[in-house]
Amino acid sequence: MDIRIENLTKKFGGQRAVDRISFEVKTGEILGFLGPNGAGKTTTMRMITNFITPSEGSIAVGGKYISNDPDEIKRHIGYLAENNPLYPDMPVIDYLEFVGGLQGIPKAELPMRVVEMIRVTGLNAEKHKKIGELSKGFRQRVGLAQALIHDPEILIMDEPTSGLDPNQIVEIRKLIRELGREKTVILSTHILPEVEATCDRILIINRGKIVADGTSETLRKQATGQEILKTRIEDGEPNAVFEALQNLPSVTMVDFADRQHNRFDITAQPGSGTAREVFRLCVKNKWTLTEMIPFETKLEDIFRELTTN
Amino acid sequence: MNTIWILTKREFRSFFDSLIAYILLVLFLGISGFFTWLFGSDVFLVGQASLRAFFMIAYWTLFFFIPALTMRLLAEEIRTGTIELLLTRPISDRQIVLGKFLSTFLLILVALLFTVPYVITIASIGNLDLGAVICGYAGLLLMSGAYISIGLWASSITRNQIVAYLAALFVGLFFHLLFDMLASSFTGLAGQLFSGLSMRTHFDSISRGVLDSGDLVYFFSLIVLGIFLSEVSLSKRTLTS
Repeated sequence: MDIRIENLTKKFGGQRAVDRISFEVKTGEILGFLGPNGAGKTTTMRMITNFITPSEGSIAVGGKYISNDPDEIKRHIGYLAENNPLYPDMPVIDYLEFVGGLQGIPKAELPMRVVEMIRVTGLNAEKHKKIGELSKGFRQRVGLAQALIHDPEILIMDEPTSGLDPNQIVEIRKLIRELGREKTVILSTHILPEVEATCDRILIINRGKIVADGTSETLRKQATGQEILKTRIEDGEPNAVFEALQNLPSVTMVDFADRQHNRFDITAQPGSGTAREVFRLCVKNKWTLTEMIPFETKLEDIFRELTTN
Repeated sequence: MNTIWILTKREFRSFFDSLIAYILLVLFLGISGFFTWLFGSDVFLVGQASLRAFFMIAYWTLFFFIPALTMRLLAEEIRTGTIELLLTRPISDRQIVLGKFLSTFLLILVALLFTVPYVITIASIGNLDLGAVICGYAGLLLMSGAYISIGLWASSITRNQIVAYLAALFVGLFFHLLFDMLASSFTGLAGQLFSGLSMRTHFDSISRGVLDSGDLVYFFSLIVLGIFLSEVSLSKRTLTS
């Protein structure tokens, strides 16, 4: 099922928390929602899950509009809300049965689904414990289990890895990747490596507006950054090397990264073949080029550039 | 219907999981038993095989206890955010509100069932008017329904349970006491109006054994109004987001 969003707007009081955003998510795509706190990520997700109604604009899921057919669409959505709210007094197994019942899973199939979810999320040892007694990582798994219990075609997750330890984060990311093969997934985060690791596509929003949309590679290309080469050139007098590098036509700036070990940071125009020039320069002067690492513009930098002004 | 029942069951069980139900049952039975059998104008003082003493004390204890049960119904879910999980399921706001109402009503029903031994005991002492007893219980149940509905609404307008309790008590106080007092200090149309609004008037009329359609209309309109207003304030989502 695909999601099509057009001119979606949500006003709180006079403020526009989400301001006329439009995008599409295709079936089998994992979309990462990126943005600083308060950018409108949660509000957008809450509109897609029908928790709050949009002020303007439309959301269509699988060709049906949410405003016309809310219950039908809710049936196909699995949702992990921000901060993963759960009933602390309920045992895990009872809670999953309750949720499954609300999602309209027939009584005969319900116990099997619950067992299946407990297996997938690795909750077997904790299934009879009250949710309030579980650690944050296990609670997050309960949150995932309740989102997946009705085998939804669309999965919406608001900060799915918040509060987890690194091992758990890797596990959850793997699970999301697997789920993303057949389901449409939207997840929000402000952890940048996470989007790179899990998402097919990234959407950066700031102050309720989309400021970037694309894969991490296209975003990098879009970013007006400069190419940085980290090099080490040995067998030459540092100052001479420095000067020679500076005189190369495509180089805009050279820095001593480490004078003792002859390390230089070369800043150059992107796509001007600086690496070749540096190599030829070394050959010509009989210097030895021992390191040359192209330093990519990091997603962090793109993010900062787009979301601060 | 099935969905409402699932919601009702969960809510009903959570009364027991959080011990609220046990505390309520012990207090309700303790207080009503004490005043029915041991103290004040109890059964032995009156010297009649009647449950009037019990109905009178239950009339007051339920007035104070019901807001304590209803205060958490929506306020807690709004505060902790679990309401988001309910509202994003394929269920309507009305089903959620009805489930909450029914679960509390069910708990009151259980509390009243525990007082059936009173009826059996008194019936064995003297000649008990069973019709009056059934009407008395019907009156208590209808009144409980009205107060649950008011309490549910109070719980839907705040995230704070104490505020919900006090708001329910405040609104309830008008129906329970103030309209009755106003009725006695006004004459003519205003007096009739206040008397018509007073819970006392209708409760007395039912527990005397007169099942008037006007009384039923009164109770059911309070119940429906409370549920409707709860649904309205829930659907605004102003507190929840």
